[in-house]
Amino acid sequence: METQNPKTLFEKVWAEHEVTRETTANPAILYIDLHLIHEVTTPQAFTLLKKKNLDVRMPNLTIGTMDHSTPTVPIRSFKDIEIAGKSAANQVRTMMQNCDDFGIELFGFESNNRGIVHVIGPELGLTQPGKTIVCGDSHTSTHGAFGALAFGIGTTEVGHVLATQCLLQRKPKTLLIEVKGTLNKGVTSKDLILAIIGQIGVAGGTGYVMEFKGEAIDSMDMEARLTICNMSIEAGAKSGMIAPDDTTYNYLYGRPRSPKNNAWEEALLRWKSLPSDAGAIYDKYISIDASKLSPMVTFGTNPGMVIGVNEPVPDRKNDKSFDKALEYMQILPGKPISNNEVDVVFIGSCTNSRINDLQQAANILKGRKISKNVKMLVVPGSQKIKKEAEKLGLDKIFISAGAQWRESGCSMCLGMNGDTVNSGKLSVSTSNRNFEGRQGKGARTILASPLTAAASAIEGRVADPRNYLE
Amino acid sequence: MKPLKLIESKTVALPTADIDTDQIIPARFLTTTTREGLGDNLFHDWRYMNDGRKNPKFLLNQESSKNCEILIAGDNFGCGSSREHAPWALMDYGFKAVISTKIADIFKSNSLKNGLLPIIVNEKILDELINQSGEKITINVEKSEITLSGNKKINYEIDKFSKYCLVEGIDQLGYLQRHVSEINKFEEIRTWTP
Repeated sequence: METQNPKTLFEKVWAEHEVTRETTANPAILYIDLHLIHEVTTPQAFTLLKKKNLDVRMPNLTIGTMDHSTPTVPIRSFKDIEIAGKSAANQVRTMMQNCDDFGIELFGFESNNRGIVHVIGPELGLTQPGKTIVCGDSHTSTHGAFGALAFGIGTTEVGHVLATQCLLQRKPKTLLIEVKGTLNKGVTSKDLILAIIGQIGVAGGTGYVMEFKGEAIDSMDMEARLTICNMSIEAGAKSGMIAPDDTTYNYLYGRPRSPKNNAWEEALLRWKSLPSDAGAIYDKYISIDASKLSPMVTFGTNPGMVIGVNEPVPDRKNDKSFDKALEYMQILPGKPISNNEVDVVFIGSCTNSRINDLQQAANILKGRKISKNVKMLVVPGSQKIKKEAEKLGLDKIFISAGAQWRESGCSMCLGMNGDTVNSGKLSVSTSNRNFEGRQGKGARTILASPLTAAASAIEGRVADPRNYLE
Repeated sequence: MKPLKLIESKTVALPTADIDTDQIIPARFLTTTTREGLGDNLFHDWRYMNDGRKNPKFLLNQESSKNCEILIAGDNFGCGSSREHAPWALMDYGFKAVISTKIADIFKSNSLKNGLLPIIVNEKILDELINQSGEKITINVEKSEITLSGNKKINYEIDKFSKYCLVEGIDQLGYLQRHVSEINKFEEIRTWTP
């Protein structure tokens, strides 16, 4: 329907949260509906609050979890848990103390709701269309899959939100990414977002909020959409957004923190007004044909250095940064990526640790064994997902294939909790960053979908998952 | 935050593109609960060899880089993680400004809130700065102006509000707190509650 002053999804959410509008001289004051906090990026913010004798303005809009520096070793109870390193243990204790001091709900070690911050938000129904959501974590963009405006902030801004529930913000530009066609069998939303980052580059989204739309997006479930928005930051974007639709509403209905009864009906009415109006103008537009994509893998040291799993590694003459990346990766240009032997496979992280991700990997691993040269970790995104997977018997499939089954957490995605890839080892990982040393000093990372990761674990080299699908 | 009006220093150039915040400060050093001392681990895995000794090949370890306060970096500096530990580490080490053709959004925002000046220039000027690295340049923050050796002047763009806060040393939390009545009003009149 044509409207008089057509607006994008982003513009609608932005306008609803402007406490004051931006001018040339001053940024806008933007109201924040949900503030997610974790142990790594908050202690300095709480210290400032205590020093200035300030309260948390809206403890009820603030939710804490512990995921980054917490261990994932299988244990019977978290009571006597060994945290990797004294400083990590101190950080975890500081988080518990701060949440206690300021009256913030924390999903601590004993909580069934604990998990990766970007997994539990949607899972609990806290992440809802039209909300402004922030967290001291760049992958906060994940929540945009629900039509929320969600972005990562630094610790100073965490302090701003704690104290005032607001942020000073300049309005970003908008970028529409239209995904035409549908994904082929064995090609997932992870492959799609990697292909998009490869197309526009790791700074292609800088200064923009992305909106994803099109046939392939419409037909995706929420978990697949979360993977797309999760990695929009890897193209430098402020946030990624997808308009809410029946898939979104069906996902949210009946979740513990979703609106109930009348409030649900009211919310639904509001949410349905959020999708971009016909004729809304974006600052930039790009399109991609989903039907032409194959499973994607990275070969360099940023997520934009990506190719189809059967393609040869490209060569770029006179590009020192490119050469430096390949030298670090010990990967040869012109050769198939599948030549590379894999030492570690990691299935997990806020990108790909949800039940469908685990199910997809388990479908490939069922009745098979991983290569004896491969160490494989499967780390569910939350304690709830862990339980659900165990109910479905997925843990047994992973364990009998030769993989390790862990408690929830960020784990090997960023090597600060005891789970690391050793120096020089090659890892195929379902996480989001293949930066130098991201998974541990000297670790070499190839990003891939859960399907590709599972197939690679079996073959002990980078492998095409389509050979394992009926 | 201390007012930042003038920076006069030699420059040091790391021309690699896409230097991410995991390179600036690896995640394993983020288990701290304070912001001090992070400079020791700035660019840790480039600065130190596996045996813990300094890598003599890395530019920051060379005599010529001593006391440099201005970092010239390849395109898209500071991409990746939102960790504010990245600007904290750069400042703790002694840097006061970073110049590149593109600087990632969250890193830029974090830098401005701590008094680390992020400057965007075009490719031609960046090349010139890289070629002249090691020489002394002057940044006049109030005028948004870089003076190269030989007195060549370059103007750069910066958000007005951010510049005002840098020059005056203004804490942005104070600005937000002064608008508490608008925030109260917003909470009162909005048609729905989160």
